[in-house]
Amino acid sequence: MSNKIISINQLTSMVEDKPILKGINLEISAGEIHVIMGPNGAGKSTLANVLMGHPAHKVTGGAVDFMGKDLLSMKVDERAKAGLFMSFQYPQEVPGVTVENFLRTAKKELCGIMPSVTLFQKDLKKHMQQLNMDEKYLTRYLNQGFSGGEKKKNEILQMAVLAPKLAILDETDSGLDIDAIREVYETVQKLASEKNAIIVITHYSKILEYIKPDFVHVLVDGKIVESGDLRLAEKIEESGYDHFKTEAL
Amino acid sequence: MAKKTYIEDVDRGVYDIVNEERHVFKTDKGLTEEIIRQISAEKNEPQWMLDHRLKSLAIYHSKPVPTWGADLSELDVENIVHYVKPDAKLSTSWDDVPEDIKMTFERLGIPEAERKSLAGVGAQYDSEVVYHSMREDLVALGVIYTDMDSALKNHEALVKEYFMKLITPKDHKFAALHGAVWSGGSFVYVPKGIHVDFPLQSYFRLNAKGAGQFEHTLIIVEEGASLHFIEGCSAPKYSVQNLHAGAVELYIKDEAKLRYSTIENWSRNMYNLNTKRSIVGKNGKIEWVSGSFGSKVSMLYPMSILKGEGASSEFTGITFAAKGQYLDTGTKVVHLAPNTTSIVNSKSISKDGGHAFYRGLLRVTKDAIHSKATVNCESLMLDSFSRSDTLPTIEIMNNQSDIGHEAKIGRISDETIFYLMSRGIPEAEAKAMIVRGFVEPITKELPLEYAVELNNLISLELEGTIG
Repeated sequence: MSNKIISINQLTSMVEDKPILKGINLEISAGEIHVIMGPNGAGKSTLANVLMGHPAHKVTGGAVDFMGKDLLSMKVDERAKAGLFMSFQYPQEVPGVTVENFLRTAKKELCGIMPSVTLFQKDLKKHMQQLNMDEKYLTRYLNQGFSGGEKKKNEILQMAVLAPKLAILDETDSGLDIDAIREVYETVQKLASEKNAIIVITHYSKILEYIKPDFVHVLVDGKIVESGDLRLAEKIEESGYDHFKTEAL
Repeated sequence: MAKKTYIEDVDRGVYDIVNEERHVFKTDKGLTEEIIRQISAEKNEPQWMLDHRLKSLAIYHSKPVPTWGADLSELDVENIVHYVKPDAKLSTSWDDVPEDIKMTFERLGIPEAERKSLAGVGAQYDSEVVYHSMREDLVALGVIYTDMDSALKNHEALVKEYFMKLITPKDHKFAALHGAVWSGGSFVYVPKGIHVDFPLQSYFRLNAKGAGQFEHTLIIVEEGASLHFIEGCSAPKYSVQNLHAGAVELYIKDEAKLRYSTIENWSRNMYNLNTKRSIVGKNGKIEWVSGSFGSKVSMLYPMSILKGEGASSEFTGITFAAKGQYLDTGTKVVHLAPNTTSIVNSKSISKDGGHAFYRGLLRVTKDAIHSKATVNCESLMLDSFSRSDTLPTIEIMNNQSDIGHEAKIGRISDETIFYLMSRGIPEAEAKAMIVRGFVEPITKELPLEYAVELNNLISLELEGTIG
């Protein structure tokens, strides 16, 4: 086995009748952090949702190999079980289901057995401390009445607990104040290891102060138009995306 | 199938009527005075009760079948004698119980003893054990807890004072029917100042002989006393009879408190036309926790009459309408005195084309100044061909009261299912989780074993609905 996590080949998709992804190619190996940047409407979130299997997005072509399996033929929960995770841009509120109950249920689904209460809580509390989250969140209903920042922290808490092979963070920084951004991405950086990989979707280069990507990609109009390292992000900060848009045309 | 035909059931006679009478029942299918006299005679009832039954019968014949709410046209009221006979379930063997209900029992983990009672074996033994062990404890406190037939014999004066005074036979056709043919049920009397500190349950006894269909529950909580009563129609009862017209009368005196919890889960051919009513004295409180599952048609609107100043009521209800079910449920609250308060929290779920209808009445009278009332109705539809309606009628006769109302109707969102699935939770479990979360405010009001059962029922109901 190579240490390849995901291999995306000529992936195309549409929503209703509108093509969004127009041939994405991307290879990610264990131990890597990739940042995907791009203007609004380029298809960044779509890429995340297509990989996770959102029912509104129709895959029209291409292939995705994830951990040696055909990702596109799998159901959403099977993708999660195979080790895929997405931090939602707009996490859903689920009244009546507590954060702790939800996390334990998800963990059980992923491991096949219900985790021990004490060990599980210990693990949870460690991560919550890192994220500067109050323990009372565990007894609150999932995302209900959470502020934007609380919701995003809760997403990263889930990532920490579920320990995916590949985590896709879809604009996790949006709606966060600067302290929360730091807490969130410092946690993410700590969760990164030689065994997993992370895709960070953002249009905010400030996060690069807290997280060190190995690769930066620019996504414009459904295609990755340029890939590079941190210097590419710096270039975007200076001159925006207009330059890439012209190239895409 | 032959084992369950009506002819054979009718042939078996009403309340073990002796051989020579059988012919009467076979030929005369209408509900007659003769039949009522037989019922009363079988029970050795006092004359006043027979008179009450006969008076109710006359009212029953004079009243039309209600045409609002549920469609009752398939209910064969002319041949009502079909229904007025001993509980067929007692003579039905476990083999006769439909597969889906058996499966439910297996899945719910209902103990072997109760399964036997469903099939009519060993029910009395089991119920007697429960009954006696409870009574020992309660007698010392002066509490009476017995079945209605025994209450009529041993506490006649009390029964006479309260029986069908709150729900009179004149209320509606099925209250009149109940008055004529009632049988079985529970009687509870809690003396002044006594706090019964553990819930009384009628779970087992309802599976006992003849106690299923027209049972009468009469509860009197005297001044300053308190009680939690749990009516156990909690197991899906199988019965070839398909009309249930029980009555529940709850008297809560000054400063007294009663919590009355039920989960009704009848078999899917049942017309459930139950009447429940409470009257609350000064600073008294009634709390209803009501779950309606099963049945083909339900019309059920527990009512609270807040008669004394400062009286309050709290209604927490959940209705779950699945395929082929029309469940017309809600609650009625009447504020008669100043400073009375009421809260209604009603939730409904419909799936597979089921129809859940919330029908409620809130009336604040002219005298009930400085009253507070809140009505919250929330409906969840699990698919696009199920239905949900909300009809809360609110009548406020004074302008010094504080009234709030909120109604929400929604569907399970694909986004939420996707969200939960993205964490590894399979679709069916994701849906069940959302539904369980939706009913959580109700679940937490239930005694633990009922809460577990409610959750299991939801999982069962959702199984196979996932496309």
